[in-house]
Amino acid sequence: MTMTPHEDRVVGEQLLTVKDLRVHFKTHDGMVKAVDGLSYDVARGQTLGIVGESGSGKSVSSLAILGLHRNTNATVTGEITLGGVELLTLTDEEMRRKRGRDVAMIFQDPLSALHPYYTVGAQIAEAYRIHNDVSKSAAKKRAVEMLGLVGIPQPDRRVDDYPHQFSGGMRQRAMIGMALVNDPGLIIADEPTTALDVTVQAQILDLLQKLQKEFNSAIIMITHDLGVVAEMADEVLVMYGGKAVENGPTNELLVHPQMPYTWGLLSSVPDITSDPNLPLRPIPGNPPSLLSPPSGCAFHPRCTFAARVPDNLCSTTVPALEQIEGKTFHLSRCHLRDPEAVYHNEVLAEGPAGASAIAAQVAGVLPNAPRHLDAEGGES
Amino acid sequence: MATESSNILEVQDLTMHFPVRSNGLIRRVTGHVQAVDGVNFSVPAGGSLGLVGESGCGKSTTGRMVARLLKPTRGEIRFEGDDIANLSSRELKPLRRHIQMIFQDPYGSLNPRQTVGAIVATPMEIHKTVPEKNIKARVQELLEFVGLNPEHYNRYPHEFSGGQRQRIGIARSLALQPKLLVADEPVSALDVSIQAQVINLLQEVQREFNIGFLFIAHDLAVVRHFCPEVAVMYLGRIVEIGDRDTLYNRPLHPYTQALISAAPDVAQAAVGGRRERIRLEGDVPSPINPPSGCRFRTRCSLAKDICAKVEPPLLQVAPRHKVACHFAGELGKVPTRPVTADFLGVDDAGNPVAGKQPMPGLESPDFRDTWFDLPPQG
Repeated sequence: MTMTPHEDRVVGEQLLTVKDLRVHFKTHDGMVKAVDGLSYDVARGQTLGIVGESGSGKSVSSLAILGLHRNTNATVTGEITLGGVELLTLTDEEMRRKRGRDVAMIFQDPLSALHPYYTVGAQIAEAYRIHNDVSKSAAKKRAVEMLGLVGIPQPDRRVDDYPHQFSGGMRQRAMIGMALVNDPGLIIADEPTTALDVTVQAQILDLLQKLQKEFNSAIIMITHDLGVVAEMADEVLVMYGGKAVENGPTNELLVHPQMPYTWGLLSSVPDITSDPNLPLRPIPGNPPSLLSPPSGCAFHPRCTFAARVPDNLCSTTVPALEQIEGKTFHLSRCHLRDPEAVYHNEVLAEGPAGASAIAAQVAGVLPNAPRHLDAEGGES
Repeated sequence: MATESSNILEVQDLTMHFPVRSNGLIRRVTGHVQAVDGVNFSVPAGGSLGLVGESGCGKSTTGRMVARLLKPTRGEIRFEGDDIANLSSRELKPLRRHIQMIFQDPYGSLNPRQTVGAIVATPMEIHKTVPEKNIKARVQELLEFVGLNPEHYNRYPHEFSGGQRQRIGIARSLALQPKLLVADEPVSALDVSIQAQVINLLQEVQREFNIGFLFIAHDLAVVRHFCPEVAVMYLGRIVEIGDRDTLYNRPLHPYTQALISAAPDVAQAAVGGRRERIRLEGDVPSPINPPSGCRFRTRCSLAKDICAKVEPPLLQVAPRHKVACHFAGELGKVPTRPVTADFLGVDDAGNPVAGKQPMPGLESPDFRDTWFDLPPQG
């Protein structure tokens, strides 16, 4: 049995607990272990950011929460407990009643997630009527109310519009309205702003945070963008090759990252405040094949520190996801000894642009940073 | 000191209007999408200019015109001093080897039925820059330079990952030893860990071959990392252009300020806290019927009468900084009267003043040795 994470974390009631989740797909070429032993939990009112590259299993694991792998070639094992109810053992009918009412999803591409043939209002009303015994007109009223809540101007008129009459940002707002129509405890947002422009992205992220406060929902935010995670999430889970490799509070994880893959992510992206003369330090190689994953730690073929670990441990043994000593809640999956010293003495010493910007911000020296002014002109 | 010859590319009043036609047999032209409307900029030889903006702002159209994949409606594209905007396709052929393009989508931009070797060799065969018998060796050299195994020249694109395909596209663009590369979102389709590999490769390309880059991207942090100079576009116009420190630290245009404030900032978030965001209300107006005067005024909190009447010129306000705003000023320090009125021959409300003419030649592709000082603000 893998360890239960977060045992010593003082938090409120955990709304969602995922334990040892495995999602395996049987294919002609063999078994694809898309998610392989994933454990995490989320409390009400909290945002968990799941970060990883394509193929890391971040989307597949969330689809499992919604039960969207039922009746496919996928084998899902483990435990997913939402509000005290074990989801994996529910019947299809019971799961259908949960879906949309207790857990809702916001997809990356709102144009394909919305049906082009029905008005936006009709689609929101449908989501409401499925779970509530109300009249059509009451459901439509509710749809107007939701559109207003997510900031669509003139919601009583726009409710009869079709998706193509909405702009990209408005469509994503409508999706958020649809997800929230039944006031679900858990919202899964899968790359909700990736298809949007940066100013619209900022609007949508602000909206999600505002609504989260209002509804006290838990949010799982799946993204590849560290910037989005950094601004939105209370806790971050880094996935690689179907497994969690690091998990901890956002600030802690960004300032004291423990796992070389997380170092790689931080070192390979420039920050908007980083010194442009500093280099980017990419992660060498390519993401692993899930059909024939590397032996031992899935990251070891790309890891520049694997040679440090004695007895080829990295290529033979999968490291356990373990609590970092001396931290209240910070888990890492790595054989490397004293990673914090390695990070600060060696990784940061090479001066990778993004990671150095964080270190500089922590140290309070930021020669090239944009000044942060509020609208009145005072320094904030 | 910027002289004529130091710029590989100078673009003046570049404009692209796409006709919008009605349905039906006649297909009358009912309007124009003003995708790009009079932009001026220059790219130094061996240097790079970043072009940022949101979807629909015209940055890709600008790149395609510079590579002459599109024929501009109006304006000049001076490559090494010669205007190439109106050349015929026959006249363009010798030029193509000097201006190459890197595309966003590494899947769509490589022919799936050709081997990698053929893809990289084709430009050399067409332009006969390398003797037939040396082509294979040259292809392998290029593949090796971009970090691919030179033995893989006979493989097909589908056998490569996204990052590797983007490297193939880069090898193809280098085959003719161009002097200018137009890179249109070269890394946005790639995973984060792969993006850095490609950005580093492009920087190496630039150092090694002294190639000028027009680098088009929406990711503000990536552009800031790659380009010493950055231009911000909005609805077909350049609203601000400058060296990266000035543009990112002390932007003068309200749109640039909003754009930069919206960019996620990992370093800032790591210490808890987030920058104050400047909210932009509404959506970008239609480029078929853009607002009169300043195109940003419909979403601008500073907009006054003059903004609807006169379009602000892209004024040079510092050695390497130009801005197009009647009320250009640092965030929170808005000038009380329009800074542009005196140059435009209008009063503070934007009405023409009898006997006063707009100052000619306010806009130019290059930076000049003299500029207009903004009035002191407080």
